[in-house]
Amino acid sequence: MSDQESYKGYRGEALSTLKNFGAMVWSDVNIKTKRGLFTGIILPRSETADPLHIVIKLRSGYNVGIASAQVEAIEVTGRKEAHYKIPEKAFPFDPKLPRVKLFGTGGTIASRLDYRTGAVIPAFSPGELYGSVPELADICNLETEKLYGVFSENMGPEQWRGTAEAIGREIERGVQGIVIGHGTDTMHHTAAILSFMVQNSPVPIVMVGSQRSSDRPSSDAALNLMHSVKAAAESDIAEVMVCMFGPTSDEYGILHRGTRVRKMHSSYRSTFRTIGDIPIATVSRQTISPLRQDYKRRRFDRNVVINTAFEEAVSIVYYYPNMKADIIDSLIDNGYKGIIIAGTGLGHVNKPLYPALKRARDKGIAVYMTVQTLWGYVQMYVYDTGRDMMELGVVPMANMLPEVGYVKLGWALGQTNDLDKVKEIMYTPIAGEITEREPSNGYLILQGGIPEVEEFISKVRK
Amino acid sequence: MPDDPADYLSFRFKPFAEMTEDDYARIGFRCGLEVHQQLLTAKKLFCHCPAGRYSDVFHAEMLRHMRPTLSELGEYDGTALMEFKTRKDIIYHINRDTVCTYEMDDTPPFHLNQDALDIAIQAAMLYHCALVDEIHIARKQYLDGSIPTGFQRTTLVGVDGTIPYKDRIIDIFQVGLEEDSCREVSDIGHRRIYLADRLGMPLMETVTGPQMITPQEVAEVGEIIRRLARSTGRVRTGIGAGRQDVNVSVHGGTRIEIKGVDKLATVPILTYNEAMRQFNLIRLREELARRGITPETFQARRDDVTRILRKSRYTPIHDSIAQGHVVKCISLKGFQQLLHWPTQTDAYFGSEISDRVRVISCLTTLPNILHSDSHSDFLAASEWATLKKTVGATDKDTLVLVWGSVQDTESAAREIEIRAQEATVGIPSETRQAFDDGTNGFERILPGPNRMYPDTDLPPKKVTEERLAMLRAALPEFYWEREQWYVELGVPEDCIRLLAISQYAPLFKTAVQEWKLDPTFVAIVLIQLPKSLGRKRIATENLSAQMMGEILQAFKAGKITREGIIDALTDAAKAGRFDDDMLPRPANESEITGWVEEGIHLAASIGLKDIEIRKRAAMGLLMGQLKGRWPGRLLSERVDVKLAEWM
Repeated sequence: MSDQESYKGYRGEALSTLKNFGAMVWSDVNIKTKRGLFTGIILPRSETADPLHIVIKLRSGYNVGIASAQVEAIEVTGRKEAHYKIPEKAFPFDPKLPRVKLFGTGGTIASRLDYRTGAVIPAFSPGELYGSVPELADICNLETEKLYGVFSENMGPEQWRGTAEAIGREIERGVQGIVIGHGTDTMHHTAAILSFMVQNSPVPIVMVGSQRSSDRPSSDAALNLMHSVKAAAESDIAEVMVCMFGPTSDEYGILHRGTRVRKMHSSYRSTFRTIGDIPIATVSRQTISPLRQDYKRRRFDRNVVINTAFEEAVSIVYYYPNMKADIIDSLIDNGYKGIIIAGTGLGHVNKPLYPALKRARDKGIAVYMTVQTLWGYVQMYVYDTGRDMMELGVVPMANMLPEVGYVKLGWALGQTNDLDKVKEIMYTPIAGEITEREPSNGYLILQGGIPEVEEFISKVRK
Repeated sequence: MPDDPADYLSFRFKPFAEMTEDDYARIGFRCGLEVHQQLLTAKKLFCHCPAGRYSDVFHAEMLRHMRPTLSELGEYDGTALMEFKTRKDIIYHINRDTVCTYEMDDTPPFHLNQDALDIAIQAAMLYHCALVDEIHIARKQYLDGSIPTGFQRTTLVGVDGTIPYKDRIIDIFQVGLEEDSCREVSDIGHRRIYLADRLGMPLMETVTGPQMITPQEVAEVGEIIRRLARSTGRVRTGIGAGRQDVNVSVHGGTRIEIKGVDKLATVPILTYNEAMRQFNLIRLREELARRGITPETFQARRDDVTRILRKSRYTPIHDSIAQGHVVKCISLKGFQQLLHWPTQTDAYFGSEISDRVRVISCLTTLPNILHSDSHSDFLAASEWATLKKTVGATDKDTLVLVWGSVQDTESAAREIEIRAQEATVGIPSETRQAFDDGTNGFERILPGPNRMYPDTDLPPKKVTEERLAMLRAALPEFYWEREQWYVELGVPEDCIRLLAISQYAPLFKTAVQEWKLDPTFVAIVLIQLPKSLGRKRIATENLSAQMMGEILQAFKAGKITREGIIDALTDAAKAGRFDDDMLPRPANESEITGWVEEGIHLAASIGLKDIEIRKRAAMGLLMGQLKGRWPGRLLSERVDVKLAEWM
């Protein structure tokens, strides 16, 4: 075995101390130190941790770090290497239940922590999933396929295309519902692009993830998985949706339209919210309850349109006061073909940016305006600045969310360089990314502290 | 089992008061302690919520279900599986002033509270532990819902320490630092409610070796540990601030943990009863073996007997059937009379079974079982006879009835069989809860060793040499050394034990050694006066050592009189601070003259003739009026002079 394996993660002083006493990782040891005696198993060390400490797992299960400078002697008494495996149980087949396909992209909806090293091992095969969430077998016959193994932030055009094509293949094979496991950070980007790349799907396409990894007893993963599989198997909603917790409590999930959903809290379970509209439905372990009727219905054909065009030279510019023209200039100089601006208020930027915007127009770059308020429409006629900007070629993008605007512009530019055609594509709603009206309950952010809200919170479980 | 099993098994437990050290030695009584103490920090352990603020008022509710995660060997942890079987709705009551999104498990942890770590390290130093150089946070799984994450963040700061006890040494296995759990409000049926205010409070855990050999020793060692930690002056006191888990075993028994015992005084009777329970369960196993019932030959059967008992007059069964529920009958082959086998004082094997049904199957309304060994007439003899016939039982068998929903009775029937079969093996590994009468009941299956995980949310934390040196320098003397010194100084006896572990102990030393104040006086100010204020419900916990020091110095500087100190303490406790502007203004000459005159007149006017009585009355009036603005001794002289003038 190489040193790298034998002394996994150790460097510097700690490594020489271990070598000195021939104490490799996984050795059962008595470490005599100036402070006292420690008995346990030497664990691998995190590569990012300092080179001064040796980590051991004591008999009690606790891990402690011992400064190598304190070590007087290490006596090796044995060796206990951890081999780690998730138990598999064959996923039962029930001919009466629908067929659902689960694609994995790398988020860990189901995973298991290696208690010795802290590494997360994903559970993904049907057998592994059945081992950890046996309830799934009551809902459907599950098939799984790992498409990617990347963190949410590393999902990009290549993975979007691949996922869309995989969905197309499965629909043609006649699957009755699709679930996509995804990291939550960029789930709404992927949901939006899949809404454009996969059109006219006959079956539900449900994206799901977890805010608390499934190695925790209170994880939302199992329930999210059950909700999403139920929505895919049983719902009549043939759209791209995100299925995540409604409240933080283990009560129900929400099925959000893929183009109107956004992650709104860095850590809450109920982080996903539909913006500027209401969600499509709620889902519990028992029922799926539509909140509206204008969704696309499930069909029993196998027709689907897959259009995976994507131009990568598109960017989002989040405007801030005193932004300088060089920000836009650098995008122009670097060959970007499309820019989504998240402007202030109704969709504004300051005057010093105008020359750069003019340059962009002259170079044939598509520039679209969205709002950083997230809720509400772009309206560039109300103030002169708005009108000025439209003269400079900036196109108002109604109530499309900035991230949705970004992926849609990439998708449109992937299909054509003709800016008029791009504009036509951008303005033609495909999956609810632009809505004609914002209902009065489309903007509801409860303000804590207000008496009527406090009364509501005290009565309704959050 | 000891060398001579027959002799061992012939032992019979005596009443608690009559048990001798030899008796405990004969059954092989062994006990260890896990002492938990809340630390006196301003904030909680992993977030910035205020620590130590409790209230039943809540503003929001949250619901969680706990799900077992796969263990290392691909098997669910025993406890985990059991808790999942119960399928409880766990409801948290959340007060927005004491609970934030961290405790709700909707925000990752903030950094470990450094104050709490310092206190735990100091305690570990007092126990002579080997200190940990780099702190690693672990997650210890709990599926009872007492922590919304499903695990407790916990860490070790020291291992392998000792404390002196009698003429020997008791091992301190480890000193840990962890977050406290929720307070349970209720647990009825499938719904358990917790208050989340206590959640996340810093808690220190001190674990001893199993070296206590009588119940009394357990309490005494617990007292030493608690006093040592308190001598740092940074440990919380009061109801619920200190709790212990007690581990008991006897020869041939199993290590059984009785959890959350809050009064040390109850530990002896609890451990006595647990030792008795284990011993009696070993005897029960021998009795079963004598009847030829072993784990392999154990037999039981389950029947639905709802139809037979449809007309039963026994209210619980009658009501249950009326609600559309069912009755199940579990026949335990060859168990005749064994559910009436004594286990603890006034407790029988039947209650071990009832406990399991209550906790695991959520049948929480008692009684939840009825068995044919009970000498009751709840069921008519004819009903028992019909039941026996129906399920094919003989007089040698015991029938156990359980009623409730189909799902719950199915789980209950399974549990009854499991627990009965476990009796053929011995004592099941479980944690038990303490009851007020000194007995204990089943709480849950003992968690396995596989429930510790590294906390991936927090990096390891280095404990530097500089930090250790600083903490060592600030370490208190051992409280027994302090006590000895106080005795030498002539400190009043009722102050000694309290002062030795008080946060004011270092101040006492300074006041006596440096400020040259009278030890008795200082001890009274630091211990007795706050105690008497506390009885008047004045918030004496606000009196920091620094405030006390300032008050003592004001006294030394003559800014407060001896009599004025109680008022200064009252004001400071109420205000939470002590400043010079809170000092009583010393009375001036004309005020004194006027008041003395007035006081004597008043005493005379109410017709007090005797000069001594008149003086005492006048003094009493004046002392109240002056409120420490003039030394009592001087006042007394003035009154004497004035009275003499009157004569």
